[in-house]
Amino acid sequence: MHSFPRWKIWLILSVLTISLMASLPNVTSVPSWWPASLSNPMSLGLDLKGGIHLVLDVDVDKAVSHSVEEDIDSARQTLRKAKIRYRNLVTDGNSLVITIKNSGDTEAARSLLEETFNNYTMMPAADNTFKLTLKESIAEETRKFAVDQAIEVIRGRIDALGTTEPVIIKQGKHRILVQIPGYEDTAHAKQLIGRTAQLEFKLVDEKGDLDKAMSGSLPPGDIIMYGPEQTRNGQSYRQPYLLKKRTLLSGTEIADARVSIDSRFNEYAVTLKFNSKGARKFDKLTAAHVGERFAIILEGVVNSAPVIRERIAGGSAQITGSFSPAEAHDLAIILRAGALPAPVKVVEERSIGPSLGQDSIDQGMNSIVVGCILVLIFMAVYYRMFGMVANIALIFNMLLILAAMSIIGGTLTLPGIAGIVLTIGMAVDANVLIFERIREELNLGKTPLAAIDGGYDKAFSTIVDANITTLIAAIVLFQFGSGPVKGFAVTLSVGILASMFTAITVTRAIVATSTAKIGRVEKLSI
Amino acid sequence: MQLIRPDINIDFIGKRKIALAISALMILISLGMLAAKGLNFGIDFTGGTLVEVKFDKAPTIADVRNSISPKGFGNAVIQEFGSPEEILIRVQNKDGEKSSTISTAILDGLSEKFTADAVEMRRVEFVGPQVGEELTQAGIMAVLIAMLAILVYITFRFEFRFALGADAALLHDITIILGLFAITGKEFTLPVIAALLTVIGYSLNDTIVVFDRIRENFAANRKRKTPADEISVVNGSINQTLGRTLMTSVTTLLVVAALFFLGGEVIHDFAFALIAGILVGTYSSIYVASPVMMALAGRFKSDEDEIKAMEARP
Repeated sequence: MHSFPRWKIWLILSVLTISLMASLPNVTSVPSWWPASLSNPMSLGLDLKGGIHLVLDVDVDKAVSHSVEEDIDSARQTLRKAKIRYRNLVTDGNSLVITIKNSGDTEAARSLLEETFNNYTMMPAADNTFKLTLKESIAEETRKFAVDQAIEVIRGRIDALGTTEPVIIKQGKHRILVQIPGYEDTAHAKQLIGRTAQLEFKLVDEKGDLDKAMSGSLPPGDIIMYGPEQTRNGQSYRQPYLLKKRTLLSGTEIADARVSIDSRFNEYAVTLKFNSKGARKFDKLTAAHVGERFAIILEGVVNSAPVIRERIAGGSAQITGSFSPAEAHDLAIILRAGALPAPVKVVEERSIGPSLGQDSIDQGMNSIVVGCILVLIFMAVYYRMFGMVANIALIFNMLLILAAMSIIGGTLTLPGIAGIVLTIGMAVDANVLIFERIREELNLGKTPLAAIDGGYDKAFSTIVDANITTLIAAIVLFQFGSGPVKGFAVTLSVGILASMFTAITVTRAIVATSTAKIGRVEKLSI
Repeated sequence: MQLIRPDINIDFIGKRKIALAISALMILISLGMLAAKGLNFGIDFTGGTLVEVKFDKAPTIADVRNSISPKGFGNAVIQEFGSPEEILIRVQNKDGEKSSTISTAILDGLSEKFTADAVEMRRVEFVGPQVGEELTQAGIMAVLIAMLAILVYITFRFEFRFALGADAALLHDITIILGLFAITGKEFTLPVIAALLTVIGYSLNDTIVVFDRIRENFAANRKRKTPADEISVVNGSINQTLGRTLMTSVTTLLVVAALFFLGGEVIHDFAFALIAGILVGTYSSIYVASPVMMALAGRFKSDEDEIKAMEARP
């Protein structure tokens, strides 16, 4: 038997020490001087600790069309300021279509529009009409920004739930993954996350005739919006309002929102505080329209339309509407966190109640322990002393998986546990290969020590080939899998790599050091 | 202890016609069942909502149905899950409905009828129609890419005909497992795809060990001129590795059986797919991979050249 290199023994001992140190945080808390990279326990997946897992789809095209609609407002103002009269001003998908009234103004309008809307490509059409189309790069940026902003807004709302370590990350181009560990009320979470919280303030058109507008002749620049559904005389109905189309103030100008009690009706309400820009606008607005009504529109529904009694300089407003305490609380949260730049939709949900998570941990652990014991017994019976060596390697292997998962910050999921269980069965495969080969060599009449050498050497390339193919399958699984399946791929890959180390190097070291002292081995216990 | 005697010599290759007939029959039955009955796809692929609840005492299925009927889910699939207290409710997505709120409505319906304390939410899964389509595509892609990657690796390490033999064994295994899922009507979910990929890895592991020995023995008997020589080398290789093949199958089956019986209802079908895969994979690495590889002898230029080169050697 050729001598076993010293450095390999040192390598094994250092791996063992590091594995023990990295596994410790999973069992007990470690002292402060413990190396930082070895101080993190393995984290449990949502399917084991319970919690909410949502995938949201951001309607990014809405964000683009919304910004185009805002530009139509500024086009209107720009033209008005330059005293250029227009006949038609509409949006068409990602385009603005502008028709100028007098042909004499066309040139002036062209240069003005070109200068103001440099995010658009201008295409002159016939009859004094311009078509400005939003540049694709700008639209793409708007989409990306909408997702990033939605993440921030949703983070703000979830933080208000007071849960620990929520995960909110971008997934793909316009999806957001939200995980809230330990939170059970899926309905509440979905409701809180899904609301756009779009808040707008518009003036009521006091001169316009609501009845006429309802029957079809809507005054230019006006819009009809409705109040919340109410039941009156057993019939449900919604109060219509005739409003000026322009939004004078919006939720973006809010600095803070708090639950308050409305003193007049002793009801729950939400008090808004505008930021300095909003406060200035609000001041000017209330001063100019004393005696008129002013509609507060939340998510497309007119919440209320109080009369402006006097100029309001303090920069705060109150939203009322017979809220329950919980409703007022939620409304304050979403207004404070800001509006979503585009609507979001839940496209996938996987939520686990806490009791199922605990059951899964218990059952998974049972499978690991029972599976492990069965294999240990089987190996010891079938291969005797060599089986015991393989068993030591198997236990080392388990330790190594635990340590590796802790160091790379892996997440243990239920399928991940299944991966570990499977690894137990497959980890001994390398040893089975080696031991069978040693038996063959013995049958060929080789001496015990030569048989050991031959067994290890000849089995080596087989073990590598066989494990690499399994590793390929595991890597593909990781690339294409989602959530829990990924956890399975991770533990399986870690397990395969760990088993190659323990089954080849560690068992060899044990066999080599235990036979080194003995000059001549007569018979192997295999 | 040694169960497989070292001088064992079973004529596996001689029986390859019988094995071929058995495999062909199993594949035909599988394909037939897949065509006639199809797979019972879970919501991962069809889209829909799944709600698992635990009651403090076993309810009747009819009571559960009555409690969610007023919410418009009278036609939901309702079944026991593991124990009589645990109930699984499944609802398909409906067009134009805000589907993510279905689970809320179901849970509301249940707690109205049974009181909130008597019902406990165990699990809610909702997969939107678009995500279902994406997961289906990703699943198919994963299996195809894994097979392709393996084909490339084995071609690189062995020969092209070995790679085809290995992939034939994989297709054989996957078809039969899918057939088993069609026959038993077990739910086909995302974790089952994971199990399929693991079976691919496992079956291949087995096949490679046999191939590795064949390659080694081919190198040792360079002058294998007649097909009969090749048959005896291949058959010998399968016999030499038989002990290992069966041992590894047994240890892996032991742990997967532990998973199947103790791992809980959620991964029951996953463990089932693994057990089936290990059994079929062990069979195919003996009876499918090597015979297919041998049937392809001389079909590819590289090994004709190789044989000529060998014959030219002194």
